[in-house]
Amino acid sequence: MKVLVPVKRVIDYNVKVRVKADGSGVDLANVKMSMNPFDEIAVEQAIRLKEAGKADEVVAVSIGVKQAQETLRTALAMGADRAILVVASEDVHQDIEPLAVAKILKGVVDEEQPGLVLCGKQAIDNDMNATGQMLSALLGWSQGTFASELDVDGDSAKVTREVDGGLQTISVKMPAIVTVDLRLNEPRYASLPNIMKAKKKPLDEKTPADYGVDVTPRLTIVSTSEPEARKAGEIVGSVDELVAKLKEAGAV
Amino acid sequence: MEFGLSEEQEMIVSTVRSFVEKEIYPHEEMVERTGSVPHELGQEIKKKVIDLGFYACNFPEEVGGAGLGHLDFTLVERELGRGSMALTHFFGRPQNILMACEGGQREKYLLPAVRGERMDALAMTEPDAGSDVRGMKCTAVRDGGDWVVNGSKHFISGAEHADFFIVFVATGVDDTPKGPKKRITCFLVDRGHPGFEVREGYQSVSHRGYKNCILDFDNCRLPDAQVLGEVDGGFEVMNTWLYATRITVAAFCVGRARRCFDYALHYAAERKQFGQQIAKFQGIGFQIADMITEIDAADWLTLSAAWRLDAGKPANREIASAKLYASEMLARVTDASLQVYGGMGLMADFPLERFWRDARVERIWDGTSEIQRHIISRDLFRPLGA
Repeated sequence: MKVLVPVKRVIDYNVKVRVKADGSGVDLANVKMSMNPFDEIAVEQAIRLKEAGKADEVVAVSIGVKQAQETLRTALAMGADRAILVVASEDVHQDIEPLAVAKILKGVVDEEQPGLVLCGKQAIDNDMNATGQMLSALLGWSQGTFASELDVDGDSAKVTREVDGGLQTISVKMPAIVTVDLRLNEPRYASLPNIMKAKKKPLDEKTPADYGVDVTPRLTIVSTSEPEARKAGEIVGSVDELVAKLKEAGAV
Repeated sequence: MEFGLSEEQEMIVSTVRSFVEKEIYPHEEMVERTGSVPHELGQEIKKKVIDLGFYACNFPEEVGGAGLGHLDFTLVERELGRGSMALTHFFGRPQNILMACEGGQREKYLLPAVRGERMDALAMTEPDAGSDVRGMKCTAVRDGGDWVVNGSKHFISGAEHADFFIVFVATGVDDTPKGPKKRITCFLVDRGHPGFEVREGYQSVSHRGYKNCILDFDNCRLPDAQVLGEVDGGFEVMNTWLYATRITVAAFCVGRARRCFDYALHYAAERKQFGQQIAKFQGIGFQIADMITEIDAADWLTLSAAWRLDAGKPANREIASAKLYASEMLARVTDASLQVYGGMGLMADFPLERFWRDARVERIWDGTSEIQRHIISRDLFRPLGA
């Protein structure tokens, strides 16, 4: 079975995000970029499936700017076998919308015929949480979202989902789209031998036109603003004072 | 001229940095508090590094290392410099002088060291022989076909965890026109060998938990098979293999300075006094500006010296400059960072005081600042006959 893992290049989770002066988005120029952490978990899971003998090839795909090649190299250094880069923009500030990404991914799936697509549940930059679901709809494949456990067994897979108030386990028919949650696994570090091998692994470059997809944005960003600053706290002298204050504030 | 790193180098940096942040930082406070690294923790770190293929990454592939070049290895050392030295010791970079091992020495010392099965420590310094290596009093004399060693070594880093030692000992004196000159031989000595004892050294202000030890030799009998390199050839193996190790001190200093700098930068941006962020006071802002300028300068000086080694160009002066400048830069950066923090910087609740203490030794070990200046000036003047 081949596993396809879409990975997105996003602003590094350690970077303090700054809103651009004109409110059109966040500043991405000269900022450290990394692989979306949920996608990293997806790559890890795909490699584990391969190590367990349940997958025989892991293909990473990224859609975005040319620099996303670095993100793909990271996936290759972790252990993916080859990569596909779809250069869909020259501007680091242009986010390719989930529907366009899903359509391109459908094209990749048609070509590659994977048995499983493992996606991060969402990208940490815009938190859309949409691509996996849209891809599933476009392909007519079953989907298991927010996976915290995944057990692939022949024609079906058991997916444990993190839902409000607990866990739900479903069985999905393969081929399937599974979007992964934080607790599925802990991604490995790229080992030194794999870092050295990554450059030699194949990385194909494509364009949206190769898949007949138009990536022109359909959404308009009206404004982007910083979250409201947290109000200063207050240190109280005793439990009584705390209770009195909470009563005053109507909290108890 | 290309100032960027390759994709592989970027990934090496990112992997080592993540490793230090996730596997080293969480244990640092405990090491500072207790002054030692629990055995199991050291072994756990070592195992993770072996699994990652980074153990002994400075050794060539034919002996089981990763075959990193000087520049790549300097990047590894730089990122390790961020973390506690007591802990990063287990990241495992055996002394590359072990490449001088021959015959049975390869199976007994070199290969197990590269595999992480046996750890090594290098012993040169003595109470009366610091910068003046030839002043060493630890002596080996011929007795039958063997050598009998007497004397002691101190300030031996890594000795606590070492399974064997690479020891430099005087094996005779030559009369030269400039006066008597000692001949030096390098020996491999196993921990527990009769007549050889390792004991606790001194309490150092720098690098708590990275202990220094004292080695005592009392009629310690060693066969010729324990000689590394040639008899009386200690200086040759030293010059061939230890020539480049000073660059690791420079790399350490750059990595540590960047970590320290991040604390100062963010503190200055958040801390408010007189109704505004202290970063807005020129007195603070300019200190931050000086810090990053010096860190970048030291970084480039270090990387370019490593690049020269890879290119096979003479690098003695450049390495000395990098070691000198980076270690003195670290002293200034840790001191200024602490100043930005004010009184809070002195408290053990933040790592600033520890960075400041740790920095002090960097200007002393692996050749003091004075020795580095001597190397640089001699390199410049010798060709001019001065």
